[in-house]
Amino acid sequence: MTETKAKPKKTVAWVEEPQLGFWESTFVPAIMKGLKTTLKHVTDRAPVTQQYPEQKPDLPLHYRGVHRLNRDEEDRVKCVACMMCATACPANCISIEAQAAPPEWPDRDKFPKSFVLDELRCIYCGMCEEACPVDAIELTHIYDLTGETRESLMFDREKLLSVYDKTKDNPRDPVRTRRGILGPAAEFASLPTLGPATVVPDSDRSAKNPTAGVIKGSLGANS
Amino acid sequence: MPEILITLLTIGVVVAAIPGVCNYLILLERKLSAWMQDRIGPNRVGPMGLFQPLADGIKLLLKEDVVPPHVDKVLYVLAPALSVFTAMMAFAVVPFGPVDDSVPGFLRFIIAPNINIGLIFIFAITSLGVYGIVLGGWASNNKYSALGAMRASAQVVSYEIPLGMSVLGLALMSGTLNLEELMHQQTQGGIMSWNIWFQPLAAIMFFTASLAEANRLPFDLAECEQELIGGWHTEYSALKWALFFLGEYTHMITISFLTSILFLGGWNLPFIAEATSNYPGVWLVKLLVLSGKAFSFICLMIMLRWTIPRFRFDQLMELAWKVMIPLSLANLVMVMFCMHFGFNRWWLFVGSLGLFAAWGVISANLREAELAARPGYVKPKKKAPAVAHGHGHAAGHH
Repeated sequence: MTETKAKPKKTVAWVEEPQLGFWESTFVPAIMKGLKTTLKHVTDRAPVTQQYPEQKPDLPLHYRGVHRLNRDEEDRVKCVACMMCATACPANCISIEAQAAPPEWPDRDKFPKSFVLDELRCIYCGMCEEACPVDAIELTHIYDLTGETRESLMFDREKLLSVYDKTKDNPRDPVRTRRGILGPAAEFASLPTLGPATVVPDSDRSAKNPTAGVIKGSLGANS
Repeated sequence: MPEILITLLTIGVVVAAIPGVCNYLILLERKLSAWMQDRIGPNRVGPMGLFQPLADGIKLLLKEDVVPPHVDKVLYVLAPALSVFTAMMAFAVVPFGPVDDSVPGFLRFIIAPNINIGLIFIFAITSLGVYGIVLGGWASNNKYSALGAMRASAQVVSYEIPLGMSVLGLALMSGTLNLEELMHQQTQGGIMSWNIWFQPLAAIMFFTASLAEANRLPFDLAECEQELIGGWHTEYSALKWALFFLGEYTHMITISFLTSILFLGGWNLPFIAEATSNYPGVWLVKLLVLSGKAFSFICLMIMLRWTIPRFRFDQLMELAWKVMIPLSLANLVMVMFCMHFGFNRWWLFVGSLGLFAAWGVISANLREAELAARPGYVKPKKKAPAVAHGHGHAAGHH
């Protein structure tokens, strides 16, 4: 179309549909090919189903589940009631009441008298964990949280500490403590790459580094 | 035993067996579709999920039967009943096993034997099945239901024609409409007298058209979930909803038996069940052979469901009116021609292949003509056919 050159440039890309030949017009080869594919899936069965209650899902390492409040070496609550997490929280689900630390705790000024986290309001974004300067609040791999009342899912300090006791020995939930230094969010220079929650090709940067949560394997292929 | 008792017994067995068989066909469909999609399928109730149909049945029985306040109550209740009734009625003249002397006297594998208009009866009754759909859609007083019902009626009315015409040739050839007689002629001659050799095109068209009649994918425009929620049964729940499905699956069973009887020689299978075989229990083998054939057709239907995407409505109509009706008409004329001049039946096989080839050529050319009629169409050069992606020819890079 030579005459279109004078007109303003078209922004619409016109895609011609592929022409159908004799066999395509009869539908038969296409149907046979399709049947072959479906039949192959029936004969060479490789189900990807996880039988959930019996078989627990293999979650990526950076999965964000129920929170816990870590304890320090002396079994005290690590939290110093600085309110950073409550401030960072986009869902406003953390409410902390601070109290002056007793004199026998020289390493801090305050500690949480009450620490209530509404697990129902929480959106599990992990901002509290990033904000915490003393690595006191962390998100675990617990995903099957249920309760009979709304009140039972308002986790207080003791409940959050008990979550810590329950999960601290699980290799998937290591205590990521860096006591004495600023929290992990401050060290963006040495921060490890965070793996995406999807399969990445082997050539990808995140696949080469020993990164938490990277699902290796080529895209699409069942490697 | 008196004839009436045998008839009542047969009716009782069939009416009792069909819902159970349908239930297990639903399990089969769920299992097969799961396997095709690399899933496991129902496996919680009983070993390998074998009691799932029972659980489903109990669930459907005990569910709250909601009748929305805005529906036409009488028609709303009538529709599912009609759906099942017609599907069951059609099954009455279908022999689902051998009907000859080898069968013990107290058994009969057909409800109404010796109906000399068998085929016509089936078409007459199954075409009534659309009333179930139309009434259901109308009585629901819901736009989606009405749209689904309208689609279904247009579809069923269209596909009725090729469905009937494709077997008319068969009736001409065999000189009878009686299903038992049709089966008998094929079983006596062995595998080489199966009708599929003389009417292969008609067999394909019959199967396709009956898929459309039964509203099975790829022809389930009437209930396509993406567009119509549930189609004509959107407002139905519990047992009424289940009855629609009972009707659909009964229809599937009828179609499968019909295709096996009309085109694949009924219970005839070389070396195992021939006209001359005369060992004890041969009737059971014959019954199993026929059921096996029907079962494989049901499996094929389920496979097709997960293989071919749904047609667009204009494509559906195009397939019926532009392809199948002319083809079946040509096929019918071909059979008449052969019968009138007394040609060998095998010429019909050649002729069917020829018709099939003609169909391919014509529809390929029609397609090209339709493309050519579009504004701004530039005929692709012969050297690079079919690859016109991205900045196609119309973008004009001369």
